[in-house]
Amino acid sequence: MSGLNDIIVARSTPPGKSALAVIRLSGPACIEKVSPFFPGLDLENKPARFAHFGKIFGKNGELIDEVVVLCFLGPRSFTGEDVVEISCHGSDFVVQRILEEFLSAGIRMAGPGEFTMRAFMNGKMDLARAEAVIDLIDSENRAQHLLAMDQMRGGFSKKIADLREQLIHFASLIELELDFGEEDVEFAERDDLKNTVSEINGFILRLMDSFRMGNALRKGVSTVIAGRPNAGKSTLLNALVEEDRALVSDIEGTTRDTIEEVITIEGVAFRLIDTAGIRDAGDVIEEMGIKKTMEKIASSAILLFIFDLSRTSPDQLKADLEKIELSEEMVRLVVGNKSDLVDQLEVKEYQKVAGGVNHFVSISAINNNGVEEVKKLLSRHFGISDKNKSDIILHNSRHFSALYNTSASLEKVLEGLSGNMPADLVAMDIRHAIHSLNEILGEGISSEDLLGSIFSRFCIGK
Amino acid sequence: MFPEYDLIVVGGGHAGCEAAVAAANLGSKVMLVTMNMQVIAQMSCNPAMGGVAKGQIVREIDALGGYTGIVSDYSMVQFRMLNLSKGPAMWSPRTQNDRMMFAAKWRQLAEEHPNVDFWQEMVKGIVVKDGRVKGVRTGMGLEIPAKSVVLTNGTFLNGIIHIGEKQFGGGRAGEKAATGITEQLHELGFRSGRMKTGTPPRIDGRTLDYSKMEAQFGDEGAGRFSFIKTDLPEQQLQCHITYTNPDVHEQLKTGFDRSPMFNGRIRGIGPRYCPSIEDKIDRFSQRDRHQIFVEPEGWNTCEIYVNGFSSSLPEDVQYKALRKITGFENAKMFRPGYAIEYDFFPPTQLKLTLETRLVENLYFAGQINGTTGYEEAACQGMMAGINAHLKINEQEPFILKRSEAYIGVLIDDLVNKGTDEPYRMFTSRAEYRILLRQDNADLRLSPLAAKLGMRGMEERMDRVELKKTEMEEIIRFFKKESISPEQVNIMLEEKNSSTLSQKVKLHSVITRPHISLKNLASCHQGLQDFIKKCDPESVQLAEIKMKYEGYIAREQDQVDKMERLEKVKLPQKFDYQSVKALSAEAREKLNSVQPMTIGQASRISGVTPADISVLLVHQGR
Repeated sequence: MSGLNDIIVARSTPPGKSALAVIRLSGPACIEKVSPFFPGLDLENKPARFAHFGKIFGKNGELIDEVVVLCFLGPRSFTGEDVVEISCHGSDFVVQRILEEFLSAGIRMAGPGEFTMRAFMNGKMDLARAEAVIDLIDSENRAQHLLAMDQMRGGFSKKIADLREQLIHFASLIELELDFGEEDVEFAERDDLKNTVSEINGFILRLMDSFRMGNALRKGVSTVIAGRPNAGKSTLLNALVEEDRALVSDIEGTTRDTIEEVITIEGVAFRLIDTAGIRDAGDVIEEMGIKKTMEKIASSAILLFIFDLSRTSPDQLKADLEKIELSEEMVRLVVGNKSDLVDQLEVKEYQKVAGGVNHFVSISAINNNGVEEVKKLLSRHFGISDKNKSDIILHNSRHFSALYNTSASLEKVLEGLSGNMPADLVAMDIRHAIHSLNEILGEGISSEDLLGSIFSRFCIGK
Repeated sequence: MFPEYDLIVVGGGHAGCEAAVAAANLGSKVMLVTMNMQVIAQMSCNPAMGGVAKGQIVREIDALGGYTGIVSDYSMVQFRMLNLSKGPAMWSPRTQNDRMMFAAKWRQLAEEHPNVDFWQEMVKGIVVKDGRVKGVRTGMGLEIPAKSVVLTNGTFLNGIIHIGEKQFGGGRAGEKAATGITEQLHELGFRSGRMKTGTPPRIDGRTLDYSKMEAQFGDEGAGRFSFIKTDLPEQQLQCHITYTNPDVHEQLKTGFDRSPMFNGRIRGIGPRYCPSIEDKIDRFSQRDRHQIFVEPEGWNTCEIYVNGFSSSLPEDVQYKALRKITGFENAKMFRPGYAIEYDFFPPTQLKLTLETRLVENLYFAGQINGTTGYEEAACQGMMAGINAHLKINEQEPFILKRSEAYIGVLIDDLVNKGTDEPYRMFTSRAEYRILLRQDNADLRLSPLAAKLGMRGMEERMDRVELKKTEMEEIIRFFKKESISPEQVNIMLEEKNSSTLSQKVKLHSVITRPHISLKNLASCHQGLQDFIKKCDPESVQLAEIKMKYEGYIAREQDQVDKMERLEKVKLPQKFDYQSVKALSAEAREKLNSVQPMTIGQASRISGVTPADISVLLVHQGR
């Protein structure tokens, strides 16, 4: 449980593309805390309640965005505390980057209804509204719980469970030395401990990268378009991009070769990757091309498989699909093209082969017919519904911040182990790491878990 | 025949004795009722006090004016400060004690107290009127009236002793079990459970060959538990270490079919960290030896305690297996080890004062609450005694926070989480380990006891003030005085620390890892002369403060954050079912625990941060 009056941050406007987005911070001394992010602006000494133009920089010195900053001094603010509001450009990417910077400076993601709660606690709201606040927190928690459950699908929950297991294991090795130093058990070597921490930390860093939404916001959801030659891959790509031309955006830091295009659907970026047509292997060069296509498919989040309705029977489609190996977390969407060339469409049959109504759409790319449906399908699988938009992003940021803090503590552990610090001091940082991870897990790691881990593996007791 | 007492303590073990003297030292009239006055303050298991986490507790008891530290110092035969190679949070004092001297000294101190009376008889029940305790009823049918009662029954409630296939009622070897109390408490609505513990055989030390064992010596120059300068022995006794071997294990296995542990006759839950020898070889079959500590029972006895060989196997199997241990070839046994099962009352039925929720002014302390260990029992007894006194005098309860003392961690854990196995203190149970050190227990706690009006705190408070003053003076010295490269570089080189190129303040060198105050004093005559004038404890405290300042500050910061939640009080006897926004589990748990503060609520298992937000809003501020 976090303290009552530390600094909290959250995006206050709904996600998705918009002209502006507002990020709000509240807490004691939060103006001083935020000021260094705007070099040269001297925010602390600027008058409150005036709009100031500023440039916000990341910790590596890179410019993130040009923004307008407003400060409110408590108690004359919404929460009754010092409040900073930052109006930035309304891109999810920019918002996410700014939030990440604040989080890594030790500012905490606001809990559900926390701004409102603070306002209430500071007497900015009358008691009659208390019930409403409770309802708000309650409903947001429920929604978040559902979302969390949702996110826990697809291997994420297993990864977190593994991480928990590893951290407990590691912590118990340290605690073993401390509480049971007099026992006749073997203690881990410092070098082994260091390796263990490095491994766990590497795991966390990879986990941070693997966030589906984080990736989606930063790099776009990788979407491979594949199919037999002349199925209409490029036509579909162009139709998707053409329609979306106004929204095609340049996202820094992503490597794009010539056949990549980025489109944005409902605020989520999709990175479209065209591939060479898959045909039955003939010569060596052909085979290499197919291999490359398969590799691209394997490293993407969505396979958009397109086929020619007029020349492919459901059985043939089935055979083609079976040739492509999919990882568990990947989503496959099947697009039947050239519907204009078919008189009697056996939609049901194709749907069955494709894996249900949510995985199949028939279009006529050339006539721009059904392209909207493809987008809807993409959005259904990877987008964020209006209702839960903010929650998902919050949720992601929270997970990100929890993992970030866990990793930061583990790096201190590593430092301590290298500097031969006494184990009880190293253990402090491990506890911080565990504490941070608790924010994702909900369930804590208690001393009972540690002791249980020790007693199950070591013969303790005179 | 009896006046109305302020407090009756039932049981004369570590919890009972501390409860009696704590209340008595606050001014209460106390009656200590025990089945047998000959065995007051018995060390029923190993003849040792303290150890990792437990040593810290003894220091805390002493800082609060309890007697366990003084008695342990008086009766020590060996002193060791454990874990010196680790950080200061882990340093843990431990003594081997003369079992008979320990008990005799406790009895003497209790008897000397004008406020403590004694009665030797079994208590059969408590007297309860209108949900409030009024006294106790004895085996002879006597009623002793009192305003409050502390039950410290140890392992005596329906105790059953197991040795192989033999089993008989008893609270300890050769002592009767106590009956009647559990049954009455059930009628009053209490829930009880069964726990199990064990003890090893006792041996005739004259029959052991110590030349085949490793000797374990005490520290050079014994330390002490008490913050008062108790007398220390000039000499110390040795312990010895030996090991079991495959032959021993094979011999023990021949008795497994008659083991009450393995054939299911014992149903009580035993501690995982204090397993019997049969449990060790069964669960860790890959190990071909286990450590055995050979501990003397006192100055004037040949009796030996075989630490590490707790067993409830048949006595003949124990005997044969013992004789296969190196150095034990001709061992004679005084008595076999045994297991004991006893009733306990899940401590979630208590308030943080150790008063029961069901019966007012009735307190539980020690093994009756599912704990194990002399130290754990003693500190609960003291806290129960203090709170019983405060309650009948309508004063604020005395509750130690998790950030103030291991005692606070222990009671908070018991009340909020309960326990499935005998609860022993470990340092890992404390989240603020760096703050709860053995060296600062007096600074943390003595002022609190003095404020309560505990008798005999004047001398302790004088020492606390002196320690603080000297510590500050030493730190000031370090920040003011400099040391030159010529003075210190040779030492720094030896310690693999980078050498100086110019004069720097002493303070900037002491903060380096691996450089101790002693190292510096050896290179700096001024420092050496300065600390010679100070008490060694003050010097140690100053050194820790300077060397670990960053860590201490960080943990203090955590405490301050948590403190804010501890300050938000929750209503008592509140129906949390009425707060619909709480999760179902939280409503149920909060209703049963009735936490006093938001901080306490946040530590109850099943209460989530979201529930805490709801509570915060609900409480307004």
